[in-house]
Amino acid sequence: MTATTHARVPAGAARAASPAPSDSGLRARRAAKRRQLTAAGVLMTPFFALLVTVFLVPVGTAVYLSFFSDDQPGLGFGPERTVFVGLRSYAAVLTDPTFLGGLGTVALYCLIYIPLMVVGALALALLLDSGVVRLRAFAQLGLFLPHAVPGIIAALIWLYLYTPGISPVIELFAKGDITIDFLGVHTVVPSIVNIALWSNLGYNMVVFYAALQAVPREVIEASVVDGAGPVRTALQVKTPLVRASIVMVSIFTLIWALQLFTEPMLLSQSSPMISSRFSPSMYIYDAAFTRNNYSLAAAASVVLLVCTIALSYGVTRFTSRADSEEAR
Amino acid sequence: MSAADSSLLRPKLLGPATVNVVVAVSVLYTLLPVLWLVLASAKNRDALFSSDLLSLSDFSFLQNLKDLFAMDGGLYGRWYVNSLLYAVLGAAVGALVSVACGYAFDKYRFRHKEKLFGLVLAAVMVPQTVLALPLYLMASEAGLVNTFWAVFIPVLFNPFGVYLGRIFARGYVPDEVLEAARVDGAGELTTYARVALRMLGPGLITVFLFQLTAIWNNFFLPMVMLSDQDLYPVSLGLYQWNSSASVSPEYYPVVIMGSLLAVLPLILAFVLLQRFWRSGLTAGAVK
Repeated sequence: MTATTHARVPAGAARAASPAPSDSGLRARRAAKRRQLTAAGVLMTPFFALLVTVFLVPVGTAVYLSFFSDDQPGLGFGPERTVFVGLRSYAAVLTDPTFLGGLGTVALYCLIYIPLMVVGALALALLLDSGVVRLRAFAQLGLFLPHAVPGIIAALIWLYLYTPGISPVIELFAKGDITIDFLGVHTVVPSIVNIALWSNLGYNMVVFYAALQAVPREVIEASVVDGAGPVRTALQVKTPLVRASIVMVSIFTLIWALQLFTEPMLLSQSSPMISSRFSPSMYIYDAAFTRNNYSLAAAASVVLLVCTIALSYGVTRFTSRADSEEAR
Repeated sequence: MSAADSSLLRPKLLGPATVNVVVAVSVLYTLLPVLWLVLASAKNRDALFSSDLLSLSDFSFLQNLKDLFAMDGGLYGRWYVNSLLYAVLGAAVGALVSVACGYAFDKYRFRHKEKLFGLVLAAVMVPQTVLALPLYLMASEAGLVNTFWAVFIPVLFNPFGVYLGRIFARGYVPDEVLEAARVDGAGELTTYARVALRMLGPGLITVFLFQLTAIWNNFFLPMVMLSDQDLYPVSLGLYQWNSSASVSPEYYPVVIMGSLLAVLPLILAFVLLQRFWRSGLTAGAVK
């Protein structure tokens, strides 16, 4: 619907802009333009109908809910009333130590996970691109394989590998007289980082590798002629050239990391270290569907949304500023 | 000084041997957990807890398979069919919708086009967990909570597919082809369906594959929307069985076997459609 209304408008603008060669020619062109706009409307309507129903309206609803609350009238008799509470839910969320703790956990998770992921995937792609790796196709396929493993199953596999009695890893450490608790206070965040890293390393490596393949061979040959070794070529010639994909991978990794839910949700079945409000997403789920406090959940959702947009915007701005400085 | 000289003078920290070792260790890191899953799926419960994976004495792969499909009245088979329906159907419809929209963004000019496209890109950034509660309330208003549609409709929405569709339309469908079709008097939509869509084929398959993976992985939305076990996808079903396993350990072998089977469709899809998604990844990365 939105698309069609927007699409209709420019028919007039096109008429005003183009000088009229002849009346019939003008009419024919206008008809053609109208046909094109109708086609654009038809092609775009299904997507924009979805955009409105499963994106715009829900975001609006979340914002609305965060400002209203269901108040029980005195003694619990009579119908519930919805009353405007202003920023009360935000104040409740932002002073709730469990929510702030969740934000802190995700911040720590991002600080460990994102650099490891980006640097690791890029390093592997550069190594594979260097041409000295044997069985390159097999290596790529092997690294990519975890991407075909659904997140919940990746978490399941690692949960078993973290569980004493089942895990061959813990068994192996035990033979060397090392006891390791993968789900302890200090190890639980790194353990979750490991699951996410395992799942996505190969996928991002393939993204970087594909971008590296697009680097013109002449550029690399020129740098070799100039006396750059393979390491310098990789770091100072190839890496800057795949900058766009580094930015893209960083932003997508960030957005996914901020939503942290699946892995801790599964691990919480077995680890007392993971509370039901371990991450902001788990907090939202808990507030909405365990405590049935919709305004609190909505306020937490909006806070998470604002954090996500601000951070993604920050990354884009930061990298584009670095770009323009480089150009100077 | 030539490249050969300089590398001779320095100790070879990153020689071919080191590089190969680093890559080999990384491949072991990604492959071994999957190998563990394969080996563990052939173990009965006692062998599973003895951590003795390599002994073949208590090989019970077929027994586990039989148990898996018999557990709780054959729920797993249902979940599997549900997952296939959500993922294959959802990805097919979703990819068509997104690519059509991306194509229109590339080929037609209209007012506020870039603003609308900006809105699409903004939608990529919004976490799913933020939308879950309002979607649940809307679905409950419409009486769709705990139905197939509560999961199926939201997963069709794929703004990143529109972004990819626009890039593919620019790359694969030359404007001259459209001009030629217009001169021949073909309608715009006929041209799209008969000519452009065929040229967009590889792109369409890439978007399909991305979305297939996303829907097959989806866990949060079904968890919010569904309470009827018969409607669960595999991911949610296994989550629930795993939570029962701490109380009744007979679930462990079936959870492991169920996980192994749940990995197969995506591996199959990636292997069969390899040619396409590789080109898709490049398109997504080069802005």
